[in-house]
Amino acid sequence: MTALQTTLGTPWLNITIFAVFVLITLVIVIRVSRGGRKGKDFYTGGGSFSGRQNGIAIAGDYLSAASFLGIAGAVAFYGYDGLLYSIGFLVAWLVALLLVAEPLRNTGKYTMADVLSFRMQNKPVRTAAAISTLAVSFFYLLAQMAGAGTLVALLLGISADFAQMGVIAIVGLLMIAYVLIGGMKGTTWVQMIKAVLLIIGAGILFFWVLGRFGFNLSDLMGAAAAKGNSEVAGSGDKLLHAMSKYGTNKLGFISLSIALVLGTAGLPHVLMRFYTVPSAKEARRSVSWAISLIGAFYLFTLVLGFGAAAIVGQKTINTLPGKSNAAAPALAFYLPGAGTAGTVFLAVIAGVAFATILAVVAGLAITASASFAHDIYNAVIKDGKADPTSEVKVARATVVVIGVLAIFGGIAARSLNIAFLVSLAFAVAASANLPSILFSLYWKRFNTRGTVLSIYGGLISALVLIFFSPAVMAPVGSTKPLATAMLPDLHWGWFPLDNPAIISVPVGFLLGVIGTLTSKETNPEKQAEMEVRSLTGAGAEKASIH
Amino acid sequence: MASHDMTPADDPERHLPTDHNPLPALGGDQPTGPSASAFQEVQASPEFAELRSRFRRFAFPMTAAFLIWYFAYVLLSTYAESFMNIRVFGNVSLGILLGLMQFVTTFLITWLYIRHAGKNLDPLAASLREKLEGDAR
Repeated sequence: MTALQTTLGTPWLNITIFAVFVLITLVIVIRVSRGGRKGKDFYTGGGSFSGRQNGIAIAGDYLSAASFLGIAGAVAFYGYDGLLYSIGFLVAWLVALLLVAEPLRNTGKYTMADVLSFRMQNKPVRTAAAISTLAVSFFYLLAQMAGAGTLVALLLGISADFAQMGVIAIVGLLMIAYVLIGGMKGTTWVQMIKAVLLIIGAGILFFWVLGRFGFNLSDLMGAAAAKGNSEVAGSGDKLLHAMSKYGTNKLGFISLSIALVLGTAGLPHVLMRFYTVPSAKEARRSVSWAISLIGAFYLFTLVLGFGAAAIVGQKTINTLPGKSNAAAPALAFYLPGAGTAGTVFLAVIAGVAFATILAVVAGLAITASASFAHDIYNAVIKDGKADPTSEVKVARATVVVIGVLAIFGGIAARSLNIAFLVSLAFAVAASANLPSILFSLYWKRFNTRGTVLSIYGGLISALVLIFFSPAVMAPVGSTKPLATAMLPDLHWGWFPLDNPAIISVPVGFLLGVIGTLTSKETNPEKQAEMEVRSLTGAGAEKASIH
Repeated sequence: MASHDMTPADDPERHLPTDHNPLPALGGDQPTGPSASAFQEVQASPEFAELRSRFRRFAFPMTAAFLIWYFAYVLLSTYAESFMNIRVFGNVSLGILLGLMQFVTTFLITWLYIRHAGKNLDPLAASLREKLEGDAR
């Protein structure tokens, strides 16, 4: 096996380009963050971004390394099913656009809990919302950190365990630096730059691949299938047929679809991005920009995946570290002909993918620290009387704690499946967050008990079902260890699906209804204020003027 | 009459130092925000009922429609494989085509909503907002 087959391109060039990306983004973070030490600046960048800027940043936040590398890889190996997977991530944005973004902008300030506690008893609701925010953010963070390890193994030729741990630690430290120096403003700029680079990079690959096949999707798919069949008989046909990946686990896939389509509008780091714009109208424009960019990107990855299968071939991709995750980088390397041009192109794409992870983890860290400082420290511990300066101090200290936790968590989770960790975050968001957000915005009768039961019920049912699923342990009664599970030798599993959403989402909604109907609490004054504010924007937080 | 109808000069609470001000609506984050009774009055007004119904009449059926269309696609893909595997042209199957249609409908619904909101919601919301915030000022 030649060096080219174990690692792609030239490791030192990849490292150099990584370093250049880190340096440029750090300089930008420092430049944009001058002035602005207030809570508003740290959490929401002063609410001063335009809808278009924020939409690009949302796309940057959402198009994580898992979607770039994972979806392209899924298409390269399972064609149709890879497309099926990406559609859920896109359609989900309509929930955010139609039901969540604007009323949230109009009624909240920094966090999801601002909205949920608006007309409820402050402390119990904020505590519940903060716990679920921290849980979702942490799973998402683990996925990104684990992804950093995989990516670096693939691109730098570092597969030694301690080296991967070192890389995860570096990612964590850089994340702390970005967030402490730049706050939300700096992080948003990193996300915008990264989104633009990622979409341009994927766009170049898209036109290059399609151009090679005369801009004919059918020919491209045919070439991908023929290449696959020439390597292993029948493996190419899989690309064109439905259910080559999910055929053995259909109910599990439906459950995953529920998590994807309902989870996005409950992801705390997505919700927080609606506060970085000055008005509901700009929040709407943000989401429409995000939908256009994310939609275009998934169309690009569809072609990239088939292109990787046709030009590189599944067999070659499988010999690379990272296996199917290597499809897109491998395409970048082989498309220009595997020479110097390929090496440079690969290094740039890899640099973008690395910047992706940094931007996403920084956004998650801000969300989690804001939730802790604003909801738990200020509202619950200090009865809402903490002065803003000390609240921001707590938030900044929390960033360091989260960074350290993420480093150790990422090291522990580095061998776990990234897509699984991401789908877990979506499942918890869909079960614990979305029901209470929708009820509090649209159901007059909804009250404190309903909110608290819905959040904890959704959260706990999702976590319990995951724990006893085949993703974590072997099923009860099986005798052999389950190699794909987190704890292969434990035989306590009784939940057959690896995604809990099909059960835990209805549980979240149902407990919201039951809790509400068994409590007599109503607050017509605050309900009126919330409803009028959510639709008109009267009295909403304004952008700070600099 | 409700307090929000008074001019600031009429409002006795306005003359107190803010830290003595007993009205919760006047303290805290929004010192000049509309009062609670003003919100209730607006909520009961026909203009607000019209705004709410214009919003809900679009957003709710549209949400139902795209969710049904999305889950129909997921269910057809999982349980009607041979139907979705029908080749429409070349190597492109019905399933791939319907999948690309999901992208098209998502873009279309986004465009329709932005048009609806700009034409039918924003002007009404702005006039209600001005009424509320103007009164409170």
